Amino acid sequence: MNTVRRPWLHTAAGIVVIAVLLFPIYWMVNASLQPNGATVDTTWLPLHPDLTGYRTALAEQGGNLVTSLVVALGSVALSLLIAVPAAYALAQFRLRWAGWVLFGILISQMIPGIVIANALYGAYADLGLLNSIPGLILADSTAGIPFAILICRAFMQSLPPAVVEAALVDGAGPVRAFVSVVLPISRNALITAGLFTFLFTWSDFLFALTLTTTEDVRPVTLGIYNYLGAYVNDWSAVMATAVLASVPAIVLLVVAQKYVAAGATGGAVK
Amino acid sequence: MSSTATTTSTTAPARSRPAPAAGRNRPGAARARHRRLVATLFLGPAVVYLLLFYGYPVVQNVVMGFQHYTISTFFTGEAPWVGLDNYREVLGSPLFRTALLNTFLFTVGSIVGQFALGLGIALFFRRRFPLSGLLRSLILLPWLIPLIAASAVWKWLLDTESGAINRVLVGTGLVDTGVPWLSSTSLALGTVIAVNVWIGIPFNAVILHGGLQGIPDELYEAGALDGATRGRAFRHITWPMLRPVVTVVLVLGVVYTLKVLDIILGLTGGGPANATQTLATQSYQLSFTTFDFGQGAAVSNILIVISLVFAAVYLRLNRRAVDE
Repeated sequence: MNTVRRPWLHTAAGIVVIAVLLFPIYWMVNASLQPNGATVDTTWLPLHPDLTGYRTALAEQGGNLVTSLVVALGSVALSLLIAVPAAYALAQFRLRWAGWVLFGILISQMIPGIVIANALYGAYADLGLLNSIPGLILADSTAGIPFAILICRAFMQSLPPAVVEAALVDGAGPVRAFVSVVLPISRNALITAGLFTFLFTWSDFLFALTLTTTEDVRPVTLGIYNYLGAYVNDWSAVMATAVLASVPAIVLLVVAQKYVAAGATGGAVK
Repeated sequence: MSSTATTTSTTAPARSRPAPAAGRNRPGAARARHRRLVATLFLGPAVVYLLLFYGYPVVQNVVMGFQHYTISTFFTGEAPWVGLDNYREVLGSPLFRTALLNTFLFTVGSIVGQFALGLGIALFFRRRFPLSGLLRSLILLPWLIPLIAASAVWKWLLDTESGAINRVLVGTGLVDTGVPWLSSTSLALGTVIAVNVWIGIPFNAVILHGGLQGIPDELYEAGALDGATRGRAFRHITWPMLRPVVTVVLVLGVVYTLKVLDIILGLTGGGPANATQTLATQSYQLSFTTFDFGQGAAVSNILIVISLVFAAVYLRLNRRAVDE
């Protein structure tokens, strides 16, 4: 079942499938390298690559890219800090209400982001968290924290209890055992959780849209949206911004493929 | 953090020392208290966070649904109770019916498309051939890039005047003038569904592929002896074995699709003439463009209920089907 008779024919068919599927992404890169977007028709190949689009994108969206990066990194830190110990407790401590916490996490996946935004807007207005990096980090972690708990818990459940017990016998307390034994072993799960939290936050659009009202703190996703809202007359700059916003995803897929695959499947097998 | 470290180091040696029978009570109680403290320390922050950022919003939305909560509320601090007025107004408006129907069509269309194509790709990549691993990992790309970036490129591809798709169609003589994919009220919803299918294919393909890998080869070998190959093998071996994974993919798919906002706002903003307005976009617009948070909350509460009811019914039905 696993081998095929004419393998290269399959490869050719596979390449066609992927080419069709990835054509829009090719087009994004191609259009970003065109000298000017809407007035002149985009050519099929970027034979004369022109970086004007990127120059405009960086000039207009450079600060927003930095905002996105800061928010995403902050969210990764916060999510791991909160989620990893919780995952360990859910996996290894025999807690009476662990089932309820897990149930709550599963239900949380059904809560539309707009519900959270509706309520947070009022609360943030009172607390002065609108248009602030900490406000976005806290709100954006709604995606990362439940995901990181589920991914890490799934992994930590598979840890043999003997590993932790050995540390406890050696005189380490549960906190020390967690930091010096459990965390190093769980490295892969932590990386997967961190990568996806980064991607979730980096891609966040809803909270950027609803919890910021000024130009001060503006993630790049909102920058792209604002381009789309008006009549677009410089598609190469828009596409260049889209490419820049997609760079983390592309880089992660290249350098951290196995973690990405683990996260994609792990997230579903809750 | 330092205080916990000292508590743990003082109590830890007590663990390894065998407790004398008479004195078991005190160390036992202390240990239980200590264990509770550690559990609180580990799990507490997550529980607090989930209560603040999931629990509070849900409760607040339910409350706001019964209030006249508008932009003036932010200045006066007053949100008078209006009973069921928000729901009455929302449910009575023709826009709600449009949004409900669109939500249904968008969800069903997206799920059917994503699942069928995702399963096809998963089955294709089940066989191993040169470059299959590389190609399979590339599938994930559309799913990993920000949705709003995907919306941007699709908006450009679908542009009526100079989008690449219309240029091919006009160039090959299939149509005389560019098709208004996103600006025609009759086409926009279908177009938005198609784009959402594109975004959902990777997720479906990867999860289903994982499920297919979990089916042991021996089953197919045994099946082949009984004459079950290709179509029959799929019906009698693959599909039943894949069923739990299919459940996960479909339930998550529906739950995620119901709340889709980025793609619709990016491509059409709910237009033209509300042709792509769904409950999620309607809730957003009520709250954040007309600043009627009460009505926005009412619509989003309806959305939560639909999501929960679907998940409950589907999981129940599926469990029964598996039991039989």
